[in-house]
Amino acid sequence: MQASNVLNLGIKELRSLVRDPMLLVLIVYSFTLAIYTAATAIPETLNKAAIAIVDEDRSPLSARIAGAFYPPYFLPPVLITPAEMDARMDAGLDTFALDIPPNFQRDVLAGRQPAIQLNVDATRMTQAFSGSGYIQQIVSGEVGAFVQRYRGEQTLPVDLALRVRFNPEMNKGWFGSVIEVINQVTMLSIILTGAALIREREHGTIEHLLVMPVTPAEIMVGKIWSMALVVLAACAFSLVFVVQGLLAVPIGGSVALFLAGAALHLFATTSMGVFLGTVARSMPQFGMLLILVMVPLQMLSGGMTPRESMPALVQDVMLAAPTTHFVALAQAILYRGAGLDVVWPQFLALVGIGAALFSLSLARFRKAISRMS
Amino acid sequence: MSGGADRSATPPVASPVARLRDVRLMYGKVRAIDGVSLDVPGGCVVGLIGPDGVGKSSLLSLMSGARALQEGTVEVLGGSMAEARHRHAVCPRIAYMPQGLGKNLYPTLSIAENLDFFGRLFGQGGDERRRRIADLTRSTGLAPFLDRPAGKLSGGMKQKLGLCCALIHDPDLLILDEPTTGVDPLSRRQFWELIDRIRADRPGMSVVVATAYMEEAARFDWLVAMDEGRVLATGRPRELLERTATATLEAAFVALMPEEKRRGHKAVAIVPRTGDASDIAIEAKGLTMRFGDFVAVDHVSFRIPRGEIFGFLGSNGCGKTTTMKMLTGLLPPSEGEARLFGQPVDARNIATRRRVCYMSQAFSLYSELTIRQNLELHARLFQVPEDVLPGRVAAVAERFGLTDAMEALPDRLPLGQRQRLSLAVAMVHEPALLILDEPTSGVDPIARDAFWEIMIGLARRDGVTIFISTHFMNEAERCDRISLMHAGRVLVSDTPAALVATRGAATLEEAFIGYLEEAVAESRDSDAAAVPDDRRPSPPPAAAPSAAAPSGERASGRFFNPRRMLSYTLLEGLELRRDPIRATLALVGSLLLMVIMGYGINMDVEDLSFAVLDRDQTTVSRDYTLNLSGSRYFVEQAPIRDYEDLDRRMRAGELSLALEIPPGFGRDVARGRPVQIGAWIDGAMPTRAETVNGYVQGMHSQWLASRSQTPGLATIETRFRYNPDVESLKAIVPAVIPILLLLIPAMLAALSVVREKELGSIINLYVTPVTKLEFLLGKQLPYVGLAMLNFLLMVGLAVTAFGVPLTGNLLALSTGAVLYSFSATAMGLLMSSFMRSQIAAIFGTAIATLIPATQYSGMIDPVSSLGGAAALIGEVYPTTHFLTMSRGVFSKALGFGDLHAAFVALLIAAPVLIGASALLLKKQER
Repeated sequence: MQASNVLNLGIKELRSLVRDPMLLVLIVYSFTLAIYTAATAIPETLNKAAIAIVDEDRSPLSARIAGAFYPPYFLPPVLITPAEMDARMDAGLDTFALDIPPNFQRDVLAGRQPAIQLNVDATRMTQAFSGSGYIQQIVSGEVGAFVQRYRGEQTLPVDLALRVRFNPEMNKGWFGSVIEVINQVTMLSIILTGAALIREREHGTIEHLLVMPVTPAEIMVGKIWSMALVVLAACAFSLVFVVQGLLAVPIGGSVALFLAGAALHLFATTSMGVFLGTVARSMPQFGMLLILVMVPLQMLSGGMTPRESMPALVQDVMLAAPTTHFVALAQAILYRGAGLDVVWPQFLALVGIGAALFSLSLARFRKAISRMS
Repeated sequence: MSGGADRSATPPVASPVARLRDVRLMYGKVRAIDGVSLDVPGGCVVGLIGPDGVGKSSLLSLMSGARALQEGTVEVLGGSMAEARHRHAVCPRIAYMPQGLGKNLYPTLSIAENLDFFGRLFGQGGDERRRRIADLTRSTGLAPFLDRPAGKLSGGMKQKLGLCCALIHDPDLLILDEPTTGVDPLSRRQFWELIDRIRADRPGMSVVVATAYMEEAARFDWLVAMDEGRVLATGRPRELLERTATATLEAAFVALMPEEKRRGHKAVAIVPRTGDASDIAIEAKGLTMRFGDFVAVDHVSFRIPRGEIFGFLGSNGCGKTTTMKMLTGLLPPSEGEARLFGQPVDARNIATRRRVCYMSQAFSLYSELTIRQNLELHARLFQVPEDVLPGRVAAVAERFGLTDAMEALPDRLPLGQRQRLSLAVAMVHEPALLILDEPTSGVDPIARDAFWEIMIGLARRDGVTIFISTHFMNEAERCDRISLMHAGRVLVSDTPAALVATRGAATLEEAFIGYLEEAVAESRDSDAAAVPDDRRPSPPPAAAPSAAAPSGERASGRFFNPRRMLSYTLLEGLELRRDPIRATLALVGSLLLMVIMGYGINMDVEDLSFAVLDRDQTTVSRDYTLNLSGSRYFVEQAPIRDYEDLDRRMRAGELSLALEIPPGFGRDVARGRPVQIGAWIDGAMPTRAETVNGYVQGMHSQWLASRSQTPGLATIETRFRYNPDVESLKAIVPAVIPILLLLIPAMLAALSVVREKELGSIINLYVTPVTKLEFLLGKQLPYVGLAMLNFLLMVGLAVTAFGVPLTGNLLALSTGAVLYSFSATAMGLLMSSFMRSQIAAIFGTAIATLIPATQYSGMIDPVSSLGGAAALIGEVYPTTHFLTMSRGVFSKALGFGDLHAAFVALLIAAPVLIGASALLLKKQER
C-alpha cells in the first residue's frame, strides 16, 4: 500500500464532498441544530408528568396532598370527578390519577390505615415507574408531616444522604447531547462511505480506479480516512461549540482522549459503511440496509436505555457493535473524567471490531465491484 | 437510405410547427442558447446539426416543454410553451425522445410493460393499449421480445422501443434528440427505415431530429446548422451544399463555421504503419465470458503487434465491452487467456496496469473535480514524479486543447471536450497500450478528426498500441486492422481495404452490414431471441396506429386522471417486484427489528451493580445491605475498601451505586440517635441514575418501616393500568410498530423520485400529461400497500410470538395504519422531491425520521414532557398520533370513537405532506 495513493484518493473524496452543497448543509445541521434540539428536548425522567386528582375527601389533608404536586416534576394537578377518570386515562391525558377516598383524613388520624388509590398508565413506561415511586414518597411524606404536626410522633432518625456523582442534577441534556453526537457520528460515517461507494459504482468511476495501479486497499483506506476526518472534525466542533459552548455541559475528562476514541470508532463505522456498500446492489437497497443497521445501533448500544436492563443475549450481541463501546467510553471520559487506564478495554474492543470489519469489507470489495460493473 | 432524396424535393409545408423568437438560455453562467429565432416547418423531417454543446439538445427540450423557458418566446402547435395551460393541452400531441440510449425507459420493465406505462400516461383504455402495442411492436419487429426487460436490449432495440413509446399516442410532433448516437450501422439503417414507414402512414406528422451523423442529415427535408447557441444557416440539404459549394454536408458544415474555428481543422492523414509484427502487445486465446447461461464472449482470439491501431466493430451488446474488460483484468475470463506484453493479465499486477490505460464507454472521470484536479489525481496515482508533474499536466492539456478550461468542471463541457479530457487523463502517464471503448460516441466530426490526429501521432511516433471500438465507419477505415464482432464471436478480422474487397462491397459500411445480416440470418434458426429481428415486412397501412381513433381521453381529466396515476403505481409496483431483495429487506427487516427492539428495550432496570463501604460491620449494617442485595434490582459487588477504591470503581463505571455505612451505625440505630448513610449514584446516564435513586429511597423507607414498631399511617395501592404486570414487552411492542412503520416505508419511498432524477426518466413527468399529484400519489400507492402488509405482519407477530393482547378495535387500528402509511411514505417523497442526489435523499430521510420517531414521539418519554423545538415536532409528528392509536387499541381496548383526535391529526398530516411534495416538485427542468 502506497501512502501517496491513499493520500491522493482521500483528497479526491474531500473535493467531491465539497461539491455537494445539500450534503454539506445536512452535515452542518446534524451536528448543530439536531444536537441542540435533542439536548433541550430530553426531559428529566419525571418532567411535567400529567396528574389528575379525584378528591373525595375534601379535607385539609387531601388539599395538602394535592398541593404537593408542582412543576417541574408534575404539571399542576387537575381536579376531576371519579367518572372522568377512566375516560381521561383512556385518551392518554393523564399519566397518573390519584383517588383520595372519602373520610381519608379522619381515618388517618384514627389510625385506621386508609388506602389511597394511585392509577398509573403503564404504557408510559418511564414515567410510570419512577413517577409512582415519587408519588408514593410525596403522599407518605405529606401524610407523615400532617400527622406529626398533629400528634408530634417521631420516626426512626436514619437519614439517607444521596449524592449523584458526575451529573448532580441528573440533567438529561448532558447525556442526551453527547449521545446525539454519537448517533450522528455513526449515521454520517456509514452513509458517507457506503453511499459514496455505490455512487462511484453507479457512475462507473470505480471501474476506472480499478484499472489504474492502485490496490483496492488503497481505495478503501482513501475513503475511510477522508470521510472519518470530516466526521471527526464535525464531531470535535460540535463537542466544543455546541455541547460545551451553547449547551454549557461541563465535560469532566479529556476531550482529546474522547476524540481519539471517536477516531477508532470511525475506523469501525466507515469500514461498516464500505461493507454495506459492497452488500447493497443499488442505492435503494443501501437505504434499507442503513435503517436495519442504524436502528439497533442507536437503540441498543446503551445510549437510550441502560444496557443492564437488556436481556443477556442482546447485551452479548451488542458487544460486537462499535457504538456500544463508544457510548461506554464517552460516558467514562466525558462525565466520569476517566483516563486511558480506565477505558483501554473499550479502545481495544474498537480496534478489534474495526479491524474485523475492515478485513471483511476488503475481502468483498473487489468481488463486489466486478459483479456490479 | 431509400426515399431520402426524392422526399427532400417536396417543399416544406408553409405553416410552421414551431416558432422561436429571441430564445436565450443560461445554465448558471454558461450561455447555452444565444438568441435563436427560427420557424420550424411542419409536416416534414427537420434536422438540427452542429458540434456538441452548441445548444441543440437545449433547443429541443425547450420545444418539448421539458425545460422551462428563460427568455424569448417558443410557440409550438399554435400556443406559447411558457404557459402551463397550453403545455398541458398540447403535450398529448408532442412526443419527445431524449438523448441517451433508452434514457426515458425503465430498465427493469419489459418491452410490453414500458409501452403499457406510456399508454396509460396518455389515458388510453386497456383495449386501445393492447391494439396499439400489438401494432407498434409488429411494425418495429419488437413483437417477439415483448417480455424482455428494456435494460437487457441492445442499443438499437432500445432506441426502437423508445420510438414506440413516443409514438403510442399518435403525436403530431415527434422530437428526437440524437436517436442513433451509439447505435451500430445496421440498427441505425433500420431505425431510419422505420421512421420512413411511419411517416408514410402519417404524412402530417412533423419530426425534429438532432444528430451528429452528417450522412443521416443528408436525407432530412430541412436543416438547421447551429454553433455556439446560434443558428448558422437553415435550408434544404441541397441548398446548403450549393451555398457552400461543397460535396458533402460534413464539408458544408465546416465551411459554414466561423473562420477561427475552421483554421485548426484539416483532413486526417493516415500514416502507414511500419513496425515489427512479431513484437506482440496484446494476445487473446479463446477468451470466453459466461454470465449464467448467457455467453457474452465466445472463444475470441487475436494478436495485436506493438504500435498497431486495432479497431473493434460490432452491434451493441455483441461483447466488445466485455472483451475489453477482460483485457484490462476488470473481469476474470471464464475460459481462455489474455496476455499483455507477454504477461498474463492479472488484476493484481500493478506493474502491467501502469503501462495500460483503459477508457470506458461512459464518461467515468470525476465530475466533481475540475479538469486540472482530474489530471493531477491521475498523474499522481500513476506515480508521475512530483517534479515533472506540473510540466506533464501542462503538456497534455496543451496537446488536447484543454488549456483554457483547466479550472472548469467536466459537466460544464460539451461531450467532445469531455472525451478529450478522458483521453488526456489516459495519456498523462504515457502508457504503452490504450484500450478505448467507443471514445468518440457522441462527438462531433471536427472534434473526432482532432482526436484521431492525436491517436495516429501516438501510434506512429510513440509506438503506442491502440485497441479501439467504434460505430463510425470512417474511423474504422483509419485502423490498421479491424475485427467484426457479433453475438460474442469474431466474424472476421482483416485490414479495412481487404474486407471491402473480399465482400465485394462499395464501402466498408456495406461490407459491415453484409457480414452482420449474414450472421443474423444464420443464428436466427438456432436462437431467435438472441438477435434483433428487424427484417420483417412492414404491416399494411390499415393496421398502423394512425387509422385508429384519436388517442385516449385527451380532453378529460385536466387535474386528476386515475388512469395516469395508476400507470405510475404499476410502474413502481413492478420495479419493486423486480428488486425482491429490497422488498424482502423491508418485510423481514421490520420483523427482525421488532424482535430486537421488543426484547432489547426494557424500562425495567434490574441487576444494577452496587457495593458497600461498611465501616460498621454489625448485624444491623449487614441487614441494611441485605435489604438491597436481596432485591432483584441490585447485585452486590465486592465490598469497597476505602474512598480511593470507591472513586476508582465509580469512574470505571463498575458501580452504579456505592453506599457508605458509618461506624457505630448499629449502635446509633438501636439508641434512636440520628445517623446518616452515604449513597453515591453514578449520574453519567441520568435515566439509570433516576431509577437507582427511586429504588434506593424506596428500599430505605421500607427498611425503616420494617425496623419501626409503629404501623404505617396510610397505604397507597398502586394500580398499573393497561399493563397490570408491568411487562416491558407489552408497553414497548405497540410503540415499536409505529416507529418501524415510519422508518421503512419512508426510506422505501425516499429514492423513488430522486432516482428518476439521477437516471433521467424524470423526463416523462415533464413531457406527458401526468400531473404532479398523479405522479406522487401513483408512486406512493405501492409503498402504502407494502407498508400495510408490513403492518399486518407486525401485528400478527405482536399477538402471536410476543403474546401482546390486542384488546381494542383492530379495524380502527388498521384504518389508522392506512392513513399513517400515507404520511410515512409522503415523508420520503418530500425528501425525494427536493433533493438532487440519492445520497442526500437517504441522509435527509434518515435525519428526518430516525431521531424524531424514536425520541420525540412518545415512545419512551411522553410528548407532554418534552421541551424546546422537540416538543413542537412531537406535537405534529405523525408517529405521535399513531403511537396513541397503537397503544390505545392494543392496551386500552379503544375503538374509533375514543381515538378521533388522533384520526384528525393523521387526516391532516398526509395531505399536508403530499401537498408540500407537490409544491417542491417541478413539472419542468430549470
